[in-house]
Amino acid sequence: MKNILKYTFALLAIGFVSCEPEFDSPVTNDGFYSSGTADLSKYVSVGNSLTAGYADGALYITGQKNSYPNIMAQQFAFAGGGEFYQPLVNDNTGGLLLGGTQIAENRFVLAVDANGNPGPVRLIGTPTTDVTNHLPSTYNNMGVPGAKSFHLVAPGYGNVAGVATGAANPYFARFSSSETATVIGDAVAQNPTFFSLWIGNNDILSYATSGGSGIDQTGNLDPSTYGSNDITDPNVFASVYSQQVDALTGGGAKGVLINIPEVTSIPYFTTVPTNAIPLDAATAGALNAQFGAYNTQILPGLAGMGVISPEEAAMRMINFSAGQNFPIMTDDDLTDLTAILQGPPFSLPEPLAMLLGQLRQVKSDDLIVLTASSVLGTTPDPNNPQGVIGVSIPLSDQYVLAVSEQARITAASTAYNATIEALAGAKGLAYVDAKAALSRVANAGIPYDGGVLTSQFVTGGAFSLDGVHPTPRGYAYTANLIIQAINDTYNATIPMVHIGNYATVTLHNN
Amino acid sequence: MKKLLLLAVFALASAVTYAGGYRVSLQGNKALAMGHTGVAVINSSELVFFNPAGLVYLEDKFNITAGVHGVFSNIAYQDAETGANARTDSPVGTPLYLYASYKATDWLAFGLGVYTPYGSEVKYEDDWAGSHLVNNIDLKAIYIQPTVSFKINDKISFGGGPIYVTGSVNFNRNLNRTLTDLDGNRSNVTVDATGVSNWGWVASTMVNLTEDLHIGATYRSEIILDAKDGDATFENIPNSPLTPFENTTFDASLPLPAEMTVGMSYDFCESWTFAFDFNRTFWGVYESLDIDFANPDIPDSKNARNYKNASIYRFGMQYEATKMFTLRAGYYFDESPVQSGYFAPETPRNDSNNFTAGLTVNLGEHLQIDASFLYSYFKEVDASYNYYFENGVAVPFKGTYKTNAFVPGLGLTYKL
Repeated sequence: MKNILKYTFALLAIGFVSCEPEFDSPVTNDGFYSSGTADLSKYVSVGNSLTAGYADGALYITGQKNSYPNIMAQQFAFAGGGEFYQPLVNDNTGGLLLGGTQIAENRFVLAVDANGNPGPVRLIGTPTTDVTNHLPSTYNNMGVPGAKSFHLVAPGYGNVAGVATGAANPYFARFSSSETATVIGDAVAQNPTFFSLWIGNNDILSYATSGGSGIDQTGNLDPSTYGSNDITDPNVFASVYSQQVDALTGGGAKGVLINIPEVTSIPYFTTVPTNAIPLDAATAGALNAQFGAYNTQILPGLAGMGVISPEEAAMRMINFSAGQNFPIMTDDDLTDLTAILQGPPFSLPEPLAMLLGQLRQVKSDDLIVLTASSVLGTTPDPNNPQGVIGVSIPLSDQYVLAVSEQARITAASTAYNATIEALAGAKGLAYVDAKAALSRVANAGIPYDGGVLTSQFVTGGAFSLDGVHPTPRGYAYTANLIIQAINDTYNATIPMVHIGNYATVTLHNN
Repeated sequence: MKKLLLLAVFALASAVTYAGGYRVSLQGNKALAMGHTGVAVINSSELVFFNPAGLVYLEDKFNITAGVHGVFSNIAYQDAETGANARTDSPVGTPLYLYASYKATDWLAFGLGVYTPYGSEVKYEDDWAGSHLVNNIDLKAIYIQPTVSFKINDKISFGGGPIYVTGSVNFNRNLNRTLTDLDGNRSNVTVDATGVSNWGWVASTMVNLTEDLHIGATYRSEIILDAKDGDATFENIPNSPLTPFENTTFDASLPLPAEMTVGMSYDFCESWTFAFDFNRTFWGVYESLDIDFANPDIPDSKNARNYKNASIYRFGMQYEATKMFTLRAGYYFDESPVQSGYFAPETPRNDSNNFTAGLTVNLGEHLQIDASFLYSYFKEVDASYNYYFENGVAVPFKGTYKTNAFVPGLGLTYKL
């Protein structure tokens, strides 16, 4: 009897012990995945909006949770990675307040209008993230939306007193360690064992998104004199970038550097077609008649006088036809003819001279920005149905990134990327060619387990509703690229994620 | 554009998965202790389930037995490619049974059984890697079976009766891998149906080749549970005309397959009994699970299951150690009905090896305490479910599964 009970209980005990099934080799065991020669225990990410997880034209919680550094940190956790803290905003509305006054817009959501057409609209609601509520902690994710390369080393960039005047950054002001702190200083102070650095995008991006309305500052080595839409001088970039890499590697940390993608492969520049104006034959004929004298007399005349080159004269010809047409635009790279046209021999009235002053038609290799879609073809004066933007009213220069402007961007970004790649090589850091990767997304697309990731606006899956920043799925793809580079460089085996598990655009009707 | 988006973002051809291999063989503590053999073992009113024909051979005028099992089942999942991993936190299942038999005459006996041969309760952490297939499921089916048993002579008897089944299902999964509301909460659906009932039957025979050697056969019919107008509740759906989801009702059919058992038992050396049962469960009927939502805007959900008929081989041993104690042990091999590529996480069953033991304590002439214990061992298996679709593209859900179950049981038998 005693023996029977003993054996019965022994049997029961065996059963209970075996209750939790164990894998032969659990993924959660130390050593299943390896960080190779890297130490991931303290990861700090440094960068701009892309690093912060900015999407849909705003910073909001679910976007931050899907930032590429946060996705990477969750995968790092399988290979010795530690906790990863982010300066989460207050809500999923997006937008910022400064002392109660809204200073940054809410996020976009995909809404359906009264006619059943889906499109991005700003979410209605009052943001609750006030920049003046300073966060006391330090954060692994040092992504600061809006930051350019030289901002990361600028003292006072996180001083809340400077936010109103534009001297400081509202996002950094939320969690900077002091009024005089620098982004890079706060990153280094955390003693990272591993870092990622992705900076320089905004040094060309704001010039691009503003349709080239800033100045190419190549040659000007003093960034304190730059306007917000200017292109940063490549030598300034090289100088501050290498300072940052030196600072981050100073404590022996390893890391990964990410280069600057071509801005022209993002939907902000590729969604609105250059020939967006549909015309019937009668309208096209009437318009051509109006521009007849301009094309056949004024332009050749100006070329003959040597005011403009024959090439510029050819470029300024206006021609419409039945079907899709290129809108007319103002191009501030053209010779301004306003004054000349008012004088003899043309003696045009002032309004007409102003219209023709820097007028041309958009060319097929120009890029029209996404925001132009809300103005192209509209009639701003309800009393004048003839006043159509793109047809009789030129599209402002800020909506078009002309070929000449694209060339400046390419020159600058090529120089930046040369710096980044050279530094990665010199320091033995992992290097991610985001430019090539983004180009693959924009061209063939990236096949994944539920379809193909492309740069198509709204439906492609890679880009959020601002047309510039990735979706969670786009960020997951980015995280995989970076993990791949880390694995290759440091002989690590950090697992990647299935990008199909990450969301794209958010549907919501206000 | 709207149509395109609907297709691109929300094709709901995805899997509503109920359960796979949801047979729960816990129909008596005495039998379970012997590897759940019993089609040819004449020892208690557990025969109402195992072989009604045998009731007439029970020595007792009246035999009532009831019991409960505590099902501690565990599923571990991992995907070495991504590091994703999960463990179920399923509540302890407590299937009950109650059997009574009454020997009216020497050749005629009546019986009544209440038991739960099908069911499944699995709970993963919400939003785990396979949440687009299942977050949690609770499937119950209660069989109520009045029985008659009569013998032709001492060599052969027949038995059987109608079966009334009442069942319920509650199942939750996320609508797909990514859809959320504005705040990032995953959109999900719960389908719930209770009081779903239907009728079936059981027929069996017992043959006593000698006093010590018995052969039995039992056939329990297939019963299809047709859920009508169950509740489909959608949660965390974004506020957008681009999503068709809103609360509605649904119809669905779930088969409880037929099962045939043949077996033998042999008494030897005075106090020993050996038993062998062979089960064949006709899972082939479970080809696809189709959920028909009443709202025509919500796409119906069609889910390939393609189960195959499966066999179980059971071996049991009984030893009457003393007047007070009867000891039992057993083993069975349970073949999975799930075919390659159809391995869904709501009941990830591969072939299992099962070890059982137990005892009966005789408390006087009339009362017995029955105790049993089952340990189910499943090998670690790399498997996938390949019939979840997104935008018309199959998105396999794959990984490594390791499951087990630990089932202690306790029962009482009263006999006159």
